[in-house]
Amino acid sequence: MVGHGMTGMLGEDGIHVDMNHLKKGEVNLGTSIMAINFKDGVILGADSRTTTGAYIANRVTDKLTQVHDTIWCCRSGSAADTQAVADIVSYHLNMYSITNNEAPSTQVAAALFQELCYENKDMLSAGIIIAGYDPRHGGQVYSIPLGGSLHKQPYSIGGSGSTYIYGYCDANWKENMTEEEGIQFVRSALQEAIKWDGSSGGVIRLVVLTSKGAQRHLYLPDTGYTGPGVTN
Amino acid sequence: MAGFDFTNYNRNAALHAKGVPLPKATSTGTTIVGCIFDNGVVIAADTRATSGPIVADKNCEKLHYISPKIWCAGAGTAADTEFTTALISSNVELHALSTGRPPRVITCMTMLKQWLFRHQGHIGAYLVVAGTDVSGPGLYTVHAHGSTDKLPYVTMGSGSLAAMSVFESMWKAQLNREEAVALCAEAIKAGIFNDLGSGSNVDVCVIENDKPTQLLRNYLRPNERGQKERNYRFPKGTTAYLNQKIISKEDMRKYVTVEEASGDPNLMEVDM
Repeated sequence: MVGHGMTGMLGEDGIHVDMNHLKKGEVNLGTSIMAINFKDGVILGADSRTTTGAYIANRVTDKLTQVHDTIWCCRSGSAADTQAVADIVSYHLNMYSITNNEAPSTQVAAALFQELCYENKDMLSAGIIIAGYDPRHGGQVYSIPLGGSLHKQPYSIGGSGSTYIYGYCDANWKENMTEEEGIQFVRSALQEAIKWDGSSGGVIRLVVLTSKGAQRHLYLPDTGYTGPGVTN
Repeated sequence: MAGFDFTNYNRNAALHAKGVPLPKATSTGTTIVGCIFDNGVVIAADTRATSGPIVADKNCEKLHYISPKIWCAGAGTAADTEFTTALISSNVELHALSTGRPPRVITCMTMLKQWLFRHQGHIGAYLVVAGTDVSGPGLYTVHAHGSTDKLPYVTMGSGSLAAMSVFESMWKAQLNREEAVALCAEAIKAGIFNDLGSGSNVDVCVIENDKPTQLLRNYLRPNERGQKERNYRFPKGTTAYLNQKIISKEDMRKYVTVEEASGDPNLMEVDM
């Protein structure tokens, strides 16, 4: 019989829950991620830094992960945990689209993520934002923080860098932005998060999800995050 | 029953708290690297294995076979890298036989990450997976907890910082075979000379699309023991003595059993 970890140990003064249980040497996504709704769909954004302690294990990480044609997610927390969860969801959505002969809705994807994150909450450190476009509901943004709750939001920010941009996003958020305005909003918010958060950095990656499909953007630090822009 | 047994976990934790030291694992305080070039991929490793502060093996092999066109460089716990790569190699072979197609690098990487994730970091294997398949050259890192990265050049192990500094200053897009091998060897050398956990020789493996894979064992030997300038051995008769007594073999037989070494005594020579 395989025993559980050290979470929820009963000590003399009560139950100790180790919330900071990234295992020693584990690869961490000390991150700045966000996703927003705009007029024609959704935009996902992320920095590209992956760290092991003080060392940057990858400076060009892709934290924007595709789980279906126009359903993507932003990953934060443990790299291993979030990759494993995204791989499982990806598999289920693939099966769903074959058995139902129809693309899954963003809500279905978000519910799958929640199931995995809630049922395995004591073994996972994963903060995930799901954003997708489907013809029935248009663009939608969902966020799943550490405990495994699910929140539908007009926009969502996450990761260690997000704490620095709550004020910025609240002050600058507008409903029904154009694509240009949306990209500008995400890019400048992440630029600010990267500036203040030591665990975030590298390039800014964006994905724009509309009825026309997925489009990737890339913004490099050497040009002050102004280009090159669209990459596919 | 397969898997780890944690029944002694609490006992061991209590013993450790009382001051009983943990058993030492042979870890490969290592430098391993990989780099993609125009027609393939090259991986390289140092050859030092350590057990605490002791060099356990001066010329060990850290480049592991997965399939003819997929190879793995391992850092972390020596036993874990050895057995994990052997297990995945076996499963990759069965998979290739069942599909009737040559195996892909991404398949191997996925099998490794799912295996390591299942064991939650208890299997201390840190791997660089490299190879070529129908989709061209592939290069990945896999961490013990099951996370993976896909990059054009990678380093792992305790010497990864020294090796990465070489890549970050000398890497360029569109490398050819010779340039990639030279760059990887240079990165391993940086690990050998600047990291205490790494040392001895450079092993290289070159995997190309339409050529047989080349394992260049001890591609560089930058730590060859040179001829000593002087001989410090004392000649016979250096020490003065006051008397001597010789006990013959026949005399010895009175007290102990003396056996002759069988066969040619010249073949049984022991070096001093």
